[in-house]
Amino acid sequence: MNAAPRSIEPALDVHVRAKRFGERVILDDVRVHLAPGELACLVGASGCGKSTLLRIAAGLDGAFEGSVRVDGVRHDAPSRAVAVVFQEPRLFPWCSVADNIAFEAGGAAPGDAAVASLLAEVGLPGYEDALPRQLSGGQAQRVALARALAGRPRVLLLDEPFSAVDAFTRMKLQDLLAGLVRRKGIAALLVTHDIDEAAYLGDRVLVLDADPGRLRETIALPLARPRDREDAALAAARARVFHGLRAAQAV
Amino acid sequence: MTADPTILLELGSAPPLDAASVAAAPAERRERGPRASPRAHAALLAWLLPAAVLAGAEAAGRLGWVASNLLPTPSDVARALLDLGGHTVLAHVVASTARVAAGYAMGAALALAIGSLVGLSSTARALLDPSFQALRAIPSLAWVPLLLLWLGIGEAPKLAMIAIGAFFPVYMGVVAGIRGVDRKLVEVARLMRLRPLALVRRVLLPAALPSVMTGLRNGLSLAWMFMVAGELIAASSGLGYLLTDGRETSRADLVLAAIVLLAVLGKLSDGAMARLERRLLSWRDVVDDGAVR
Repeated sequence: MNAAPRSIEPALDVHVRAKRFGERVILDDVRVHLAPGELACLVGASGCGKSTLLRIAAGLDGAFEGSVRVDGVRHDAPSRAVAVVFQEPRLFPWCSVADNIAFEAGGAAPGDAAVASLLAEVGLPGYEDALPRQLSGGQAQRVALARALAGRPRVLLLDEPFSAVDAFTRMKLQDLLAGLVRRKGIAALLVTHDIDEAAYLGDRVLVLDADPGRLRETIALPLARPRDREDAALAAARARVFHGLRAAQAV
Repeated sequence: MTADPTILLELGSAPPLDAASVAAAPAERRERGPRASPRAHAALLAWLLPAAVLAGAEAAGRLGWVASNLLPTPSDVARALLDLGGHTVLAHVVASTARVAAGYAMGAALALAIGSLVGLSSTARALLDPSFQALRAIPSLAWVPLLLLWLGIGEAPKLAMIAIGAFFPVYMGVVAGIRGVDRKLVEVARLMRLRPLALVRRVLLPAALPSVMTGLRNGLSLAWMFMVAGELIAASSGLGYLLTDGRETSRADLVLAAIVLLAVLGKLSDGAMARLERRLLSWRDVVDDGAVR
């Protein structure tokens, strides 16, 4: 798949003309497209429709006006091409780590090489037989990431995936995600409330207005990778994201 | 005084920490060793109350504090069982156990099927659940006359009685378990495009299993209760018959012997269910026995 010639189509193209809950308009003419290998962060006030946009992109919510395209093909229902990582790991507690990762394929064969390499990629080699209850929050989220990658998705959607872990673990997971997205050429859309995270991870930061949710501003952050958390350019990027959020009255 | 060289060798070559097993057991996997002694301690404590009661009853009877025809001493009860003969006692126990096993199997199987249907389909729920809730409210003994009228005085009314007793706790457990499955896990299954049957088999049933197991355990203890209710009427074998016989012949020792046998059988069968539950649900991240001390 990676060797296939890249089309000029964006990997993900979400266009929500309108999304309503009853009378209320949640999203109003929001368009997001991502190139392969691009990581965009979606920020905005609570309740501005970030998670709704993510659910629409995942194919979990079909009740909206507009369209979702993945590699130029209409995407109306969940598919292998789009994977999601949630705020909670959402692992099946009765399945071993290996069976969770290979859940879609019907479970892991003993000594499954694909599972082993995914675990190595997320930094948990040898954890095949562990049960979810034996994992820390950060480890569980690594497994969730491995499970999302198991179907070789084109698009990875992440809904505040690192908000429930401690600061040090969060930094490690951010580096892991940035590396994976780059190595695999996946397009990733990350919803976050964390200004540092948006500035550190995003190739672009999309600022969403609330009530109704509209795309207010797109902040391009063409900083080199891997990024340095102490870099002055990153501090400037952080300030731009902060201003964007203040303009959106999120802070 | 030279030390045995083989012992020295064994002491010197303590098994090294195996990297693979450490990696495979990342988090605090609970060890069996240190838990064994508190467990034995708990088992010892569990015998304290029955032993004290038995000793007290024996003493009270021997010292003449209570009338022995009302409260026979434990040794009298034991003698009553011996007088009946091991063969007869065993026959009663087997008769009752077989009824419980057959009635429970029918009731629980039916409850698993109907409970799954009601849990999975909101139409089935709207159609069936209100009626089953009403049926559930009927006291067990209210069924007896009806079952006797319908099914006569053979085995059938007793089995039906036990099946009714086992049905409702299992039904409730299955319905509550399936309806209580975490929506977030179901969403993950949706993202993986699981077909309805696979969703039931791979997500809903495992997730509902803790509640189902609770229902199965409660159902089993109710099955024993309903068995006695069934045998109190028109039986010629079983522990319920022994109870009736003891009452009619004013033999408190027989009644007590039957009660003790019921307690032992109930405890044994529930213990087996509890072991099964622990094995099936070992994945749960819960405060189970021994974890809190």
